[in-house]
Amino acid sequence: MSKPVFKTMDGNEAAAYVAYRLNEVIAIYPITPSSTMGEFADAWAAQGMPNIWGTIPSVVEMQSEGGAAGAVHGSLQAGSLTTTFTASQGLLLMIPNMYKIAGELTSAVFHIAARTLATQGLSIFGDHSDVMSARSTGFGMLSSCSVQESMDIAAIAHAATLKSRIPFLHFFDGFRTSHEVNKIEVVGEDVLRDLIDEKLVMEHRLRAMSPDRPILRGTAQNPDVHFQAKETVNSFYDACPDIVAETMEHFAKLTGRTYNLFDYCGAPDAERVVVLMGSGCEAVQETIAFLQNKGEKVGLIKVRLYRPFDSKRFIESLPETTKSIAVLDRTKEPGATGEPLYVDCLTGLHEAMNNGWGSLKSLPKVVGGRYGLSSKDFTPAMVKGVLDNLTQEKPKNHFTIGIVDDVTHTSLDYDPKFSTETDDVTRAIFYGLGADGTVGANKNTIKIIGENTEQHAQGYFVYDSKKSGAMTISHVRFGPTPIHSTYLVQEANFVACHQPVFLERYNVLEHIVPGGTFLLNTPENKDEIWNKLPRPIQHEIHEKNLKFYVIDAVDVAKNSGMGRRINTIMQVCFFAISGVLPKDQAIGEINKSIEKTYGAKGKAVVEQNLKAVEATLAHLHEVDVAAVSSSLEFLPPVPENAPAFVKDVLGEIIAGRGDSLPVSALPNDGTFPTATARWEKRNIALEIPVWDEKICIQCGKCSLVCPHASIRTNAYEEKHLDGAPAAFKSAAARDRLWKGWNFTVQVAPEDCTGCGICVDICPVKNKTETRLKAINMTPQPALREQESESWDFFTKIPTPDRRTLNRGRISQQQVQESLFEFSGACEGCGETPYVKLLSQLFGDRAMIANATGCSSIYGGNLPTTPWTVNEDGRGPTWSNSLFEDNAEFGLGFRLSIDKQKEFAGELVRKLAGQVGDNLVAELLEADQTDETGIYDQRQRVAALKEKLASVDSPEAKNLLDVADSLVKKSVWILGGDGWAYDIGFGGLDHTLASGRDINILVMDTEVYSNTGGQTSKATPPGAVAKFAAGGKTSPKKDLGMIAMSYGNVYVGSVAMGAKDEHTLRTFLEAESYPGPSIILAYSHCIAHGIDMSRGMQNQKAAVLSGHWLLYRYNPRLKDEGKNPLSFDSPAQKMRLEEYIYAENRYKMLTKSQPKVAAELLKFSEKQIKERRELFEFLASRDYSGE
Amino acid sequence: MDLSTNYLGMTLHNPLVISSSSISKNIDNIRQVEDLGASAVVLFSLFEEDILVSSQELDYHLNRGTNSFAEALNYFPDHHSFNTGPEEYLEHLKNAKAAVDIPIIASLNGSTDGGWIDYAKKLEEAGANALELNIYYIPSDPNLSGAEVEQTYINILKSVKSALNIPVAVKLSPFFSNLANMAKQFEEAGADGLVLFNRFYRPDIDLENLEVSSSVLFSTPQAMRIPLCWIGLLYGRISVDLAATSGILSTDDVLKMLMVGANVTMLCSTLYRHGLNHVQVIEQELKQWMEEHEYESVKQMQGSMSQVKCDSPSAFERAHYIQSISSIPTIGA
Repeated sequence: MSKPVFKTMDGNEAAAYVAYRLNEVIAIYPITPSSTMGEFADAWAAQGMPNIWGTIPSVVEMQSEGGAAGAVHGSLQAGSLTTTFTASQGLLLMIPNMYKIAGELTSAVFHIAARTLATQGLSIFGDHSDVMSARSTGFGMLSSCSVQESMDIAAIAHAATLKSRIPFLHFFDGFRTSHEVNKIEVVGEDVLRDLIDEKLVMEHRLRAMSPDRPILRGTAQNPDVHFQAKETVNSFYDACPDIVAETMEHFAKLTGRTYNLFDYCGAPDAERVVVLMGSGCEAVQETIAFLQNKGEKVGLIKVRLYRPFDSKRFIESLPETTKSIAVLDRTKEPGATGEPLYVDCLTGLHEAMNNGWGSLKSLPKVVGGRYGLSSKDFTPAMVKGVLDNLTQEKPKNHFTIGIVDDVTHTSLDYDPKFSTETDDVTRAIFYGLGADGTVGANKNTIKIIGENTEQHAQGYFVYDSKKSGAMTISHVRFGPTPIHSTYLVQEANFVACHQPVFLERYNVLEHIVPGGTFLLNTPENKDEIWNKLPRPIQHEIHEKNLKFYVIDAVDVAKNSGMGRRINTIMQVCFFAISGVLPKDQAIGEINKSIEKTYGAKGKAVVEQNLKAVEATLAHLHEVDVAAVSSSLEFLPPVPENAPAFVKDVLGEIIAGRGDSLPVSALPNDGTFPTATARWEKRNIALEIPVWDEKICIQCGKCSLVCPHASIRTNAYEEKHLDGAPAAFKSAAARDRLWKGWNFTVQVAPEDCTGCGICVDICPVKNKTETRLKAINMTPQPALREQESESWDFFTKIPTPDRRTLNRGRISQQQVQESLFEFSGACEGCGETPYVKLLSQLFGDRAMIANATGCSSIYGGNLPTTPWTVNEDGRGPTWSNSLFEDNAEFGLGFRLSIDKQKEFAGELVRKLAGQVGDNLVAELLEADQTDETGIYDQRQRVAALKEKLASVDSPEAKNLLDVADSLVKKSVWILGGDGWAYDIGFGGLDHTLASGRDINILVMDTEVYSNTGGQTSKATPPGAVAKFAAGGKTSPKKDLGMIAMSYGNVYVGSVAMGAKDEHTLRTFLEAESYPGPSIILAYSHCIAHGIDMSRGMQNQKAAVLSGHWLLYRYNPRLKDEGKNPLSFDSPAQKMRLEEYIYAENRYKMLTKSQPKVAAELLKFSEKQIKERRELFEFLASRDYSGE
Repeated sequence: MDLSTNYLGMTLHNPLVISSSSISKNIDNIRQVEDLGASAVVLFSLFEEDILVSSQELDYHLNRGTNSFAEALNYFPDHHSFNTGPEEYLEHLKNAKAAVDIPIIASLNGSTDGGWIDYAKKLEEAGANALELNIYYIPSDPNLSGAEVEQTYINILKSVKSALNIPVAVKLSPFFSNLANMAKQFEEAGADGLVLFNRFYRPDIDLENLEVSSSVLFSTPQAMRIPLCWIGLLYGRISVDLAATSGILSTDDVLKMLMVGANVTMLCSTLYRHGLNHVQVIEQELKQWMEEHEYESVKQMQGSMSQVKCDSPSAFERAHYIQSISSIPTIGA
């Protein structure tokens, strides 16, 4: 046995470590939370790291998980050791192939970061609903409980599959294990070599297809033999548990770490036993040990091999004293007799008892319950609740634990104060912002302690659902023994708040223990801070007798050249006052780690960080705690005047108290109200734009490009200024349409993210001070109150009648109310301006199908949604089905409303007698191509309804139901390039071919943005992305050209930052086209590595350099004898390299592989030239004779 | 006829050196100017900003948005190492050295006494025959005294000199209270040569867009008067080599500079205007002029018209200024 090597890593890295070394082909597709396994594999392959046979695995990204599974199946059939990584819906897409792979007795392991399946809502978090859906595929199923086990059991699975020929799902809990960082003992390559039997590898290869020894596999079979053929595999499944057990023994001999198919822990004479799988086992084990010490007869069975389920070993693992068992499932199977593990245990017990296996005298009481769905924290207090239930004469069955079910009363009561935390463990909670580097610093601290001292370390990180101004909470533990506490820190010795603004709303000290240490980053000095604290914070500090330290980390960061990144500074403070390591040793280790972490990026960054470390301690001060004197209370999560549901439910989620909401508070079918983001006043902007009404030309561009709809324009009659707040600004409207009216540009100060993109786009310069524009960024705090008042007033001013506006002119169009506002997208997002534009133009009659991705997250992630309503209560109605099916989902909308319209038409005709012939004719022949037409039709439908109200017939009632379908609806299918170019392409293609009136908006960021920058077929050559770490070498797919090939599809390619009027025109044309339309919208993105406040300039450069072409293909023009293709791009005015090297996605390749970058640049230049020539040729064709 | 000259301890076959510019970004250009007669090439500059900013930008973009959102903990794959330092430049320097026999002088351009200076050593290791240290600093802080600015220049030079074995020339601006004193300080701090002068690319105004623009202007004939004056003044007073740069557009300009005391003359704008072939033209014209005027060598004329050797020393100073002013006819007279 070689010398143990300890490292800190997360569960994904641990599993990928083994999978990479034991496979030759890895086919993957990104999906949270498993993406990083594939990313690690890709990065290792790019670095040339070999597997244990000395060859570099081939890592291939596919177009979907279905594609990955197909590639895995094929690769296995051709003899390579092959693996994949996935989760959730991804696993569902693999299921068809899994039946095949298992049916063909093929050795393979799939590694799964188990994640919730989308039902009434999507969740990226962890439970077993995905893996449980795959339990009938024939795959063996091995479960890991911890980061260490993710590595160990992965190795066992790979060895066992070769021996048993049963393929395995190796799964561990998404996020809780996949993303927990822990110190583990690394399985050496020598161990892996010893574990894997080379003879079995050879046999695997020999079973493969080869024309040198041809075989036929995958036959079609008839009723005569299919049944019997299926039964041929039984002996393999019968042998599998023994094989896994033997492999575990072998592993134990090699590593000293022992595993069993069912691992029992606890009192040998336990009476109450809990059975479960996954990370929850660790919390249960900790609780059992705690209670056992107190003399309680309790125990735990960790189920490791779930399939094939070995009933004999299961019953044999139970103490003979067992009286009652609680089987816990981290999944829900509505309508079943119980959740899967419960049912399997129950069946197994009965069968085992009948066979006389085990030592139980009689069948114990067995109950089942659900816990921890969607990563709901599972604590020792909840475990105690479960065990307490077993003490009942008649324990509650089919229970839930960890929630309050006040509807069907399934939930068990428990005492949340029960704790098993021990004194020898340092427990810390850090509150930070995504942008300040808090999580990175904590990961680094864990590495320092975990890899340079004898101590053990664990970190788990909680993120909120916003992409801008996101709060992060780090839960970190350090201790002398391995840390198994798989739950959030309940009792912290140390709390650090890295952003003082959190104290306005959150009790960050809720979990700190008496005598603990509180560190606050604040611009206030140590003598003044006490009086600035809210009362509840003062109270916590005073009552709990906390040691209280402050530092102005922002100032130290600024003086060290580190901008807003206070990570290193706060890390030094933590070490200085937590005492977790001797101070000097800690600082030495931090400095070493800085060299290691930043060295690759150059000396300057290293020096900045070292400078910050040096400067920190002089700025760290202890505060003298005084009496509680403050009268400041926490700000409410939403304003007092918010609607009840917003206040009572969404507000609680915003306040971080969502865990306490009972079942009754939530909708039972996933239906939530829109118009809720407006209540979530996030106040994340440091600076906001301020309007200079004197020089503004009222072009509306600021409002057009605003990604968050937080700067808006309106034109109105002067009378509406009555009662305006003193600070409210107004100017004479310049547009002749609004002669004599007033005009205002107003910012929503509490909703603005401060991205600055509006200022960048503003075309006006102040003639006396040219650095100023017609809007200028100004610090927010001093303006918050005054501008909030102005915003409130502004929102009450009516917008001009939509029928009067020239929608093709931005300055007029922009006064249309935005029905998409204040999303949680990244500051300066390049997608949301398009979404907002569509909401303004068509939102009051839009039905939106949204592919999973960035747009579904900023559009529909709780607590609030940016989709909103106009004053008539109309607005976009929105739904997200899946990632892969969005085009079909949206097409379904169209099929449905067209059917309803057709039915309504039939009924109107039938009821002509009551409705009146004129109205019938008008209703059925209405021209609804513009706002006036829509308005008039709504009036007609209202008149129709009025008439129908007095008609008592089934037809009239039916018509009342479907009458609204007579008003034109606008179906929009939204998504990113990952959806449109890759996973959803088949459906998108079919939808385009349908001829139906649908509108597809592809927000092309040229990369999978939501899952962290993986390459898609939209990624251009030369760009670096995950799975194209060395720069993408193949061309970008020309989706527009594919769509144009149908001839009857409207195709538009736009870039708002390059030509905004063109974008607007394209949207209007696409929507008015009565067939399928697709708009490809170039969207700059944080994943491009750009200055997001200047994203529109990047768009412009993309067009000027010829990378992105502007064009419109309008099939209607053919009827007029015109060429349908208008090539709207300007001549190339910028060299491609000027554009691309302004973006880090390209530039970083010049820094890491300059020769490759130069070659790819040449390739791209040639390619864009050829593409432009092709478009120019197509646009010049003469259609007059056709 | 002997056109050779000494510069920074090197013997050059003529005084025509290619000034630091983008001409040297292309190895073929370097080969070509060697063939056309240039005696040395100063490479384009490695800028302090290239080193610092590229490192900081890279760090910013690779870190931006990381560990903020559960589904995307970062946005770029991990490239284990980056050439944020001068690797690309060093590679170019090595290639240039391999391509030609004439000396290659590396150029390092910066303004602060920071870590970028350390890269000088790497330039030496990559084979540079000498280093031109271009201290390009525009002081705008009203609280910063001239003495402090001067000290920064000296500190930078000392740091570089202490690390290098190859000769170092300082390229500087004429804007010092007493340039002669400054030159002496450079000499004392170890400079092997002075390159007179740096051209500051002063901003321009884009009237249409109300933006400050930064288009590069080529040297005009007038530009040579300042280095001409100062080389003439410094020659014989300090013992470091003097290189003339700025506004050397013709053979006459080269001759004038040599006569006031330049060891070498550096060509740039004129090559952009007339093409690289112009090196050859100047060399031929130089020979022709010397033949016609019966000069045997360049060394013969070097310094012959400097202040200390010419027949009207006051022409370099204020007295000549008064004379010049009074020689301008009055408008309307």
